Amino acid sequence: MASSEASGGGLSIHPMEQFEITPLFGEGELGLLTVTNSTLWMALVLAAVCALLIFGMRGRALVPTRVQSMAEILYGFVRQMVTDVLGEEGVKFFPYIFTLFVFILFSNLLGLIPYSFTITSHIAVTGVLALLVFGTVITLGFIKNGLGFLKLFWIDAAPLALRPILAVIELISFFVRPLSHSIRLAGNMMAGHAVLKVFAAFVPALSIFGILPLAMMVAMTGLEVLVACVQAYIFAILTCIYLNDALHPGH
Amino acid sequence: MEAEAAALLGKYIGAGMACTAMGGAGVGVGHVVGNYLSGALRNPAAAKEQTATLFLGIAFAEALGIFGFLIAMLLMFAV
Repeated sequence: MASSEASGGGLSIHPMEQFEITPLFGEGELGLLTVTNSTLWMALVLAAVCALLIFGMRGRALVPTRVQSMAEILYGFVRQMVTDVLGEEGVKFFPYIFTLFVFILFSNLLGLIPYSFTITSHIAVTGVLALLVFGTVITLGFIKNGLGFLKLFWIDAAPLALRPILAVIELISFFVRPLSHSIRLAGNMMAGHAVLKVFAAFVPALSIFGILPLAMMVAMTGLEVLVACVQAYIFAILTCIYLNDALHPGH
Repeated sequence: MEAEAAALLGKYIGAGMACTAMGGAGVGVGHVVGNYLSGALRNPAAAKEQTATLFLGIAFAEALGIFGFLIAMLLMFAV
């Protein structure tokens, strides 16, 4: 981090410090199996998801309790999304997409708690999620359609002379997908938290007028809750659309 | 030393210029939502089914701005 050299301007704003990965126990180098703050918050996300979906659904009441109805709404929402995009045959991918959606939603929302750590603000985390989707699409496409999967790049509706050019463009846009898929989520999370941190540095600097950036931060946090939900939704629905390409490459 | 200072200057100017991408993303998102709204006011019955498409359009427009933001962050903290 180059923040030590950049702090010469009177205000000391370190918006990127909150994303630093530190080992939980002791100091030293980060190894492959070091337990870091990222690991801790991933475990907490898992615990929160389990608390809602396993213990919330324990009663299985016909008239749901508040917690049970939250779990049911979440399930029904994702189920509706999957059947809307993929159709009835896509229901077998529902567990995968539900897992992705719930994991991203909970890690985004838990990251909004002050002093917490947002695991989805790291491209290492979102990149793995996006590459898994990308790998699934390619594998599934070739298994289901054989070489017919390549029709995805050969657009029959276009005039013959244009098709090779379009094929190149389609190929590039296909391989950019995991990049944009992961950077969209990580960038949104990182940008929102960095902006909050910048405004937080204005509060002590302005003494009594610090109430203005503080009010701004409250409003901004409300916006961030919306962004957290929308980004989880967008990640899940883009996964559905990419999987739809693998299932029906013709159109 | 001179060259190092020039590189630092270029780094900061480049990071600032990369942020203009966010302006383009703002124009794009505004365009998407504005067109959605004008369509939705003309035919409110069909509006509800298109919210998924709305969010998709926003996501695609916004992603390009986020790329610019990423370049700025890379210039500031990684290069």
